[in-house]
Amino acid sequence: MTSEAVAILEGAGLSKSFGALTVLDNVDFTLRSDEAVGIVGPNGAGKTTLLTVLSGGLRSTGGVVRFRGADVTAVGAAERSRLGLVKTHQVPRPFSGMTAFENVYVAATAAGGLNGRGAHAACVEALELCNMLHVANRRAETLGLLDRKRLELARALATSPSVVLLDEIGGGLTDEETVQLVETIREMRRRGMAIVWIEHIVHVLLQVVERLVCMVSGRVIADGDPKAVMADPVVVEAYLGSGAT
Amino acid sequence: MSLVNLIAQGVLLGGYYALIACGLSLMFGVMRIVNLAHGDLAVLAAFLVLTISTTFDVSPFLALVVTVLIMAAVGWALQRFILERSLRSGLLVPLLATFGLSIALENMLFEAFGADTRSLGDLIGDLVFDSVEVTSAFSLSYLAMLIFGLAVALLGALSLFLKRTSLGRAIRATAEDPDTAELVGINARAVYGVAAAISVATVAVAGAMLAMRATFDPYSGPMQLIFAFEAIVIGGIGSLWGTLVGGVVLGLAQSVGATLNPKWFLLAGHLTFFAVLAGRLARDWGRARGGLRAALGF
Repeated sequence: MTSEAVAILEGAGLSKSFGALTVLDNVDFTLRSDEAVGIVGPNGAGKTTLLTVLSGGLRSTGGVVRFRGADVTAVGAAERSRLGLVKTHQVPRPFSGMTAFENVYVAATAAGGLNGRGAHAACVEALELCNMLHVANRRAETLGLLDRKRLELARALATSPSVVLLDEIGGGLTDEETVQLVETIREMRRRGMAIVWIEHIVHVLLQVVERLVCMVSGRVIADGDPKAVMADPVVVEAYLGSGAT
Repeated sequence: MSLVNLIAQGVLLGGYYALIACGLSLMFGVMRIVNLAHGDLAVLAAFLVLTISTTFDVSPFLALVVTVLIMAAVGWALQRFILERSLRSGLLVPLLATFGLSIALENMLFEAFGADTRSLGDLIGDLVFDSVEVTSAFSLSYLAMLIFGLAVALLGALSLFLKRTSLGRAIRATAEDPDTAELVGINARAVYGVAAAISVATVAVAGAMLAMRATFDPYSGPMQLIFAFEAIVIGGIGSLWGTLVGGVVLGLAQSVGATLNPKWFLLAGHLTFFAVLAGRLARDWGRARGGLRAALGF
């Protein structure tokens, strides 16, 4: 991390309620342009909601989202992805009637603003990075879980993003499959993408991120060096219940 | 009437049904809206072609080009100002909204043009009755062949557009999952507008062909909607080429019915639609029961 790196994505005072249920409660979140941040927390902590608000899929009830310094709170998900801020789904949602290649091509043309050979090259690169070239011409509905997860990543990559928000991309995969995924995400880091990654499998997360945020009940309860966060008594209690410390 | 003639007339008639059905199919496929005003929009287009053609004394085919553009704009506005708002309130509201639109259109057309039955047949010269005589008992109408050709061309063009162009892929992506489409940079709202514009533009072509091959009045719309709906269901919802097959099956059923007894023209079509629907329901029910048996272990 270099000291001159600036905050590329910011959420300030973010709140989100569904009726009487408060899912995000005054959350502040900052991501620097050269950073990979992990988000952990028990189910229902508001992690996915935070990512969805940041990506524009949901409008927050309160607070501001800034991307590259500009207020994008009122900007929709499509425009945000064209600006370079993209999110993957927790449960893969490929366009199942299309081939894997077409899935990625749609993203390259719509969000990446590419066409013709440029779009084609970007798709090949994204599929290659995700080890998917061999299934490029298969219909997405015929792909297994690992390839669907990879397709989520490849589709996000084809939008030429500067920030990628990953929602449990490793969930449900075997250890061996996870190793490949971690390698892909590391490569994304090397290519200069900033990453926010929600994951329950903490040891996987720690192979990639240099900062960890822990959320409980819609609030951020810890934020900092991953090892320090995981050792924080408040975090341990949130995970294992009172009496564990 | 020879069997070959019977089949040929049925197939050509099916071309018209495919033509009127493809817009309904597209709108349902992309927006999940059953547009109950579909037939009335076809009749509106027919009146537009008639008005432009007689007012400016131009060929109905030239008037149709202008009408297609006008109807595309109507489709876009329909989506932006009526369907988009109603879609936010669940599935029933768009159905009611298009039903209301259907009634409003019929009454507006009645107000503007009266109850007289019209046709564009007078304006297209010999095309209305010219035919190529294959044998003494078997001839093919040029107009019917033109309509069938138009249906195939339109379905082919739409199919290519959806498969090969960026906008077409964006429409397919949005049809499957609008939220995910937004995540990859597709403006779903704009895509819906384009899909509605294309859908209603195709209705304009169908409306003009209806007016050339038959007569119409302000209340002709609902019957056209039923034909379109039957063609889509027979051919399988969501498949463009299936729509052509559905249209042809419907046309054949009506031709066969009419041959047996002139009164059975419509009835045979409706019964075929009903048989296909019942067959599908029985198959699905069989599958559901099989699934239940497997789940219960016997």
